[in-house]
Amino acid sequence: EETVETVDKENWKGIAVYVDHMDGVIHPVTYELIGKAKELAEKINHPVYAVMIGHGIGAQCEELLHYEVDKVYVYDREELERFKMEPYTRVFEDFVGKIKPTAILMGATTVGRQLAPRLAARLKTGLTADCTILDINENTDLVQIRPAFGGNIMAQILTPNHRPQMATVRYKVMNAPTRKDSAGGEIISCDIDSNELTSKVTVLDIIEKEKEQFIEASEVLVVAGRGIKKEEDLAMIKELADLLGGQIACTRPVMEAGWLEAKRQVGLSGRTVRPRLIITCGVSGSVQFTAGMNNSEQIIAINKDENAPIFKTAHYCLVGDLYDIIPDLISKIKESRSVSA
Amino acid sequence: MNILVCIKQVPDSNKVEVDPVTGVLKRNGVESKMNPYDLYAIETALRIKEKQGGSITALTMGPNQAAGIIREAFAMGVDYGVLISDRKFGGADVLATSYTISQGIMKSGEYDLILCGKQTTDGDTAQVGPEVAEWMGIPSLSNVSKIVELKEDSIIVEMDMTHEIEIAEIKYPCLLAVDKDIFIPRLPSYVKKQETKDREITVITLADLDDKEEKHYGLNGSPTQVQRIFPPEVNDHREVWNGDGSELTGRLLHKLKELKFA
Ligand SMILES: Cc1cc2nc3c(=O)[nH]c(=O)nc-3n(C[C@H](O)[C@H](O)[C@@H](O)COP(=O)(O)OP(=O)(O)OC[C@H]3O[C@@H](n4cnc5c(N)ncnc54)[C@H](O)[C@@H]3O)c2cc1C
Ligand SMILES: Cc1cc2nc3c(=O)[nH]c(=O)nc-3n(C[C@H](O)[C@H](O)[C@H](O)COP(=O)(O)OP(=O)(O)OC[C@H]3O[C@@H](n4cnc5c(N)ncnc54)[C@H](O)[C@@H]3O)c2cc1C
Repeated sequence: EETVETVDKENWKGIAVYVDHMDGVIHPVTYELIGKAKELAEKINHPVYAVMIGHGIGAQCEELLHYEVDKVYVYDREELERFKMEPYTRVFEDFVGKIKPTAILMGATTVGRQLAPRLAARLKTGLTADCTILDINENTDLVQIRPAFGGNIMAQILTPNHRPQMATVRYKVMNAPTRKDSAGGEIISCDIDSNELTSKVTVLDIIEKEKEQFIEASEVLVVAGRGIKKEEDLAMIKELADLLGGQIACTRPVMEAGWLEAKRQVGLSGRTVRPRLIITCGVSGSVQFTAGMNNSEQIIAINKDENAPIFKTAHYCLVGDLYDIIPDLISKIKESRSVSA
Repeated sequence: MNILVCIKQVPDSNKVEVDPVTGVLKRNGVESKMNPYDLYAIETALRIKEKQGGSITALTMGPNQAAGIIREAFAMGVDYGVLISDRKFGGADVLATSYTISQGIMKSGEYDLILCGKQTTDGDTAQVGPEVAEWMGIPSLSNVSKIVELKEDSIIVEMDMTHEIEIAEIKYPCLLAVDKDIFIPRLPSYVKKQETKDREITVITLADLDDKEEKHYGLNGSPTQVQRIFPPEVNDHREVWNGDGSELTGRLLHKLKELKFA
């Protein structure tokens, strides 16, 4: 009775990465995805494609050639200057129709999270959200692993009977490849008719948010949790962050108390971070919190409760009172610097 | 002004069980509630209605017990309720879910504006809204953080694009996925709950839809297949340090130096 839809997988070749950008500034998740695409493509002997849609983006396309992509497909037109759902979807659909990639990877950015589902529905194919692990089977099936239920469950997902297979990946989940000095691959210019690029949305204005350091961009984070007793005590957390060349971040209760801005909150309903070092101070380690930081390279946790769940995530678990540890650590760091200076 | 709000019933707790054979979640017996992000969509609809008049319909796709969250929407001030429910719809991924919802919407009425939450707390993909809009052939915007102006045939909104705020005008009919904190959701009212306890909820099954092809729905209509579900891995390298304050800071400083941070 069951008629399983089948697709001729031989007809679908290449792993395509959407070049995520705002007004020509490429989002770094793009390079991470290119790195991942390269690794997957080598396993099945497929090419890696980058797809860039925009206007006046010649230099950016040249830059992409330093990351070992085989081909950069470019749609460069005035109408495509800024991201708009309908024209971008139409353009990407055009690319898929012509090139037939077996898989498409997109950053789970504000743009990617809108464009990817729109495109998936247009192509009537599957889309796996926020993958943390990607692998590929010999038969070109993409093995997609993602957290759900706020990080309590991991699901392994396949798209066995549809092509292209689509996945989004958050920033700082995959490793960034190193830029090669020499450029390789080729840039292919694509065209599409203007009357296919209309939209029912008109952008009226764009307001720059104040230029601030985002915690996502910081290599070191010191996180204040509810173990911090009063607002003034954040000063020592901030001082430690400064000494280590990093930023202060927080858990949700600290944000909700109004002590720090929402953009400094790490976690499921906050930001996903992947710094080289993260030090949590008085943080219990709820799954909603750890979902946003468990990919950090080095995790040091300070908590006076030896059973705190954060100790399951941390590499170095300091069982002790943060009020004993932080001020002393600050003075020791200062001391050691004045000695070596 | 006819507004439709899409709402989903989600487990009340993160401790959920999985059917080991099908990889589908067992939802029976688990306490459930309305997806918290959908409360913001309902509140947005109520605010728009207060200004423009018209009616609000809440729609959900799910098992019969999902009618409970429609009752909750009634108690907040929503006028009509639609439950899309059929065994054949079970096990749907985003593509099949959004297709079923779009088919159900077209059967249930005509709407100027469709509102969705930012994401759910279970499947957590944030993909259903844009996919519903695509199936319906209408424009959509996500990350809507503010309603700026309501016009005759369009709406002006603010979108939070991480590094910038974009202000855009979008023509009706359209779909908006609203951010949390766009408005503070009101609590359900006891009086309204009493008033609406016998209010009828329209139930839509496969037989009511234009496209009755079973293969397009549920598990069969889903390109993605969950192969297995497993708990997240715990970290393997772990050192626990006990001791008094200065002992711990000494070791920590040493470690920070070794890692080249201090
Ligand atoms: C562990 C796990 C992982 C999964 N991963 C994927 C995946 O990567 N890709 C995939 O395609 N499917 C996936 N699914 C299936 C998918 O989560 C849902 O079954 C799908 O029906 C709804 O998606 P969502 O919960 O992510 O909704 P979201 O897209 O997060 O919801 C956004 C908004 O859409 C509306 N909405 C969502 N569902 C309904 C509904 N039933 N009725 C009315 N309105 C609704 C609400 O307004 C909601 O706020 C997964 C399921 C599980 C259990
Ligand atoms: C849908 C949803 C989304 C959420 N999203 C997020 C999110 O994005 N980010 C987030 O952080 N939370 C989020 N939460 C909340 C989360 O569940 C926890 O409530 C929160 O992370 C707890 O914050 P905390 O660790 O700072 O506080 P607590 O859980 O109160 O922990 C405080 C810890 O400090 C320790 N402590 C106290 N005094 C000292 C001391 N003097 N020295 C050392 N240790 C001390 C205690 O032992 C305790 O472990 C979310 C919740 C839900 C339901």
